[in-house]
Amino acid sequence: MTDSPLGPLSEDGLVRLLTPAGERIASPAYDEHAASLTPQTLRGMYRDMVLARRFDVEATALQRQGELALFAQALGQEAAQIGSAYALAPQDHVFPSYREHGVALVRGVDLVDVLRLFRGVEHGGWDPVAHGFHLYTLVVGAHPLHATGYAMGVQRDGLVGTGDASRDTAVLTYFGDGSTSQGDVNEAMVFAAVNQAPLVLFCQNNQWAISEPTTSQAIAPIANRAPGFGIPSVRVDGNDVVAVYAVTAAALERARTGGGPTFVEALTYRMGAHTTSDDPSRYRTSEQEQHWRQRDPIDRLRAYLERLGELPEVFRAELAGEAEALGERLRTQVRAMGRPAADRMFEHVYATPHAVVETEREWFEAYEASFEGSGR
Amino acid sequence: MQQFLLPDAGEGLTEAEIVEWHVAPGDTVTVNQVLVEIETAKSLVELPSPWAGVVTQLLATPGDTVLVGTPIVEIDTDPTGSAPAPTPEAAPAAAADDEAGAEPASAGGGAVLVGYGTAGAATSRRARVAVAPAGGSTAVITGSTVTFGDGSVGAVPPAGVGAGSSTDRSGAGRSGSVPSSGTVPSSGTVVENGPGHALAKPPVRKLARDLGLELDSVAATGPGGIVTREDVLEYAARAQAKELATYAEDDRPWLASGTVSADGRQTRVPVRSVRKRTAEAMVTSAFTAPHVTVFHTVDVTETMKLVERLRADREFADVRVTPLLITAKALLLAVHRHPEVNATWDDDSQEIVYKHYVNLGIAAATPRGLVVPNVKDAHRLSLLGLARGIAELTAHARSGKASPAEMADGTITITNVGVFGIDTGTPILNPGEAAILAFGAIRQQPWVHKGKVKPRYVTQLALSFDHRLVDGELGSRVLADVAAVLQDPARGLVWG
Repeated sequence: MTDSPLGPLSEDGLVRLLTPAGERIASPAYDEHAASLTPQTLRGMYRDMVLARRFDVEATALQRQGELALFAQALGQEAAQIGSAYALAPQDHVFPSYREHGVALVRGVDLVDVLRLFRGVEHGGWDPVAHGFHLYTLVVGAHPLHATGYAMGVQRDGLVGTGDASRDTAVLTYFGDGSTSQGDVNEAMVFAAVNQAPLVLFCQNNQWAISEPTTSQAIAPIANRAPGFGIPSVRVDGNDVVAVYAVTAAALERARTGGGPTFVEALTYRMGAHTTSDDPSRYRTSEQEQHWRQRDPIDRLRAYLERLGELPEVFRAELAGEAEALGERLRTQVRAMGRPAADRMFEHVYATPHAVVETEREWFEAYEASFEGSGR
Repeated sequence: MQQFLLPDAGEGLTEAEIVEWHVAPGDTVTVNQVLVEIETAKSLVELPSPWAGVVTQLLATPGDTVLVGTPIVEIDTDPTGSAPAPTPEAAPAAAADDEAGAEPASAGGGAVLVGYGTAGAATSRRARVAVAPAGGSTAVITGSTVTFGDGSVGAVPPAGVGAGSSTDRSGAGRSGSVPSSGTVPSSGTVVENGPGHALAKPPVRKLARDLGLELDSVAATGPGGIVTREDVLEYAARAQAKELATYAEDDRPWLASGTVSADGRQTRVPVRSVRKRTAEAMVTSAFTAPHVTVFHTVDVTETMKLVERLRADREFADVRVTPLLITAKALLLAVHRHPEVNATWDDDSQEIVYKHYVNLGIAAATPRGLVVPNVKDAHRLSLLGLARGIAELTAHARSGKASPAEMADGTITITNVGVFGIDTGTPILNPGEAAILAFGAIRQQPWVHKGKVKPRYVTQLALSFDHRLVDGELGSRVLADVAAVLQDPARGLVWG
């Protein structure tokens, strides 16, 4: 539901390139960026959105079957995630929160590895450097500061504004509407602004900070805060994958060329629960859920592709099979997922050998050996 | 055949209620088909089937509250019995973890995950290899040792909620007794909390605050070392100030406030107001100014005669004339002759500050403790004016009305220990002053007077001074002058 025109959920001034019915509408400011989306790329986006949703459904079921300790769904946020992730260059680096499964997919992370964290067997699960995709941060709002620091590092490495598109690097951080009430996010904006860091602050406003609606944390659009820090901001329809792509591409380009940070607010809706431990029926109405179900981001892109005549039946059938296979693979691999050796936790604390960590590892090994049957 | 174990659908839940079955025995189910709706402490949750197959048996009925980890439904995953169907656990080798040393997945699809124990799992601790108590390393690691009644020392076992949490909180070096099941007297569940670490629910914290209790000092008996409402009330009852009658037939309390220890043998009174200021002033003075005290025993018979005469004098009819008044005058005369003694050491600017005025302090014992108000500009006062000043000052002090201004900026002080029948003492300087005169009790004593032993009024004087700015010679001359006036008050005419 939208509230008053001036409120935090106002749709006035949202950048939108696709109507909910899938009609392409013109936007002089962003048409140029959207033009690079070929039908093939759009189909790729559609595929990734469908697979991300299938992942969501399967992981939720696995939690209900006792295979995962917890799971945080991204249901309904596929356009915001896939659209923005498609705008990234290979050398860009992403700092996600804990719900960016669609971004992980686009960055080439095996989604099975994402579930290592949620099964409780690993602190991470993938190589952040290899994928340009940092580990999930579960502390709400802590990582935009990390992203800002990383972006300042990129600056100091001379990887901004060189004019070489394969070298110039931007940093993209994802966070939610609720985390903008945290001091950390605001501190990140202070540092990003004064350093003109190559950073895109991407707020997925899914309208819920667990059970707390955006309207109880803001009385004006969240994106309006950024200009106060000296950071230009833009609000985009977060369920419009084309608009999200175009807006993010423009912001990333600005960052890479030395134009400084941009704040993007993608207005979307968390169709699922906050996590599997949450029951949204306790705090929101089914009418509201129904309203947003009718604005499903996957339906919108499908309608657009159908209008373009670019969604052949054979592609759909293949995708359906691929989604089923993903579900099957997730089930079997998660159930077979063992614990890594406990001493692995010492491996990635520091990049180089570290005396304190070594001492702790030795102590831990002695401790483990003190149990009967440890065989040491 | 597979059994579906009730999972933890929230974070750390231990049980759930079966609300409604969506399948019945004989039904064919597909993967992720909803089997049952359950209600946890957090939410209504639908549980999907992990397997395709035929439901053979429901193991719980709606309304049942079931512990996490309990089988709730049985599904035949190979109803035709045609093939040795691979169980879900028999994953392709490629799916197995590539990291060396990986531990195998726990058997059974419904196994509860790390950190989310069911009632059964919580008790299954790994057994430790026995460690000799003498081994220092274990004690260092746990950071806490227990001395048992027989004097033996052992490492604190991590078992037990209370002991565990207490161990976590105890810092290195803390030697508080950590209960260890069966080795410590009392119930073995009392936990001593470290300072600032008492655990309690907000209403109990408020209760303690309302009662003026430090939560840290209350022994905790609640689960996990929590201070309960009963703990606070019991402590409050014990700590209440009560009339102290330690000795037989001593039924009158001799302390107005404070708390009596549980055994009735000690009372603790918070240090406040006058006592606190006195302590601070005395410590400051004693440890910054090097004190020297000189003594003089003097025949004050003439002074006593003067006091008698003045008491009969109409001019002094409305004031109380005492030997202290003459002593004060004598000190003022001595200061007049040796103004260097009326000074203060300014340590910050490394200067000695000589005062052109004398604010004469009179130490007064009051119900609230020792206070030292001073007579302002005492050097300008006549003897009658001085008498009135002292009378006013001591009256104010005794009634507790001495104002801060009256006690500030003293330059030299007299302490009249004689009123307590004491001969003399070594007084401690009032901070910021260079000298203090102790005036002892006046007694009739045999004294050599004009070549004969006669009963005379005799007293002792003691002068403490700050040796940083007053040398022994100066201090001695000042005391000698005071004594000379008291021995022969006429001397005052000469020096006044």
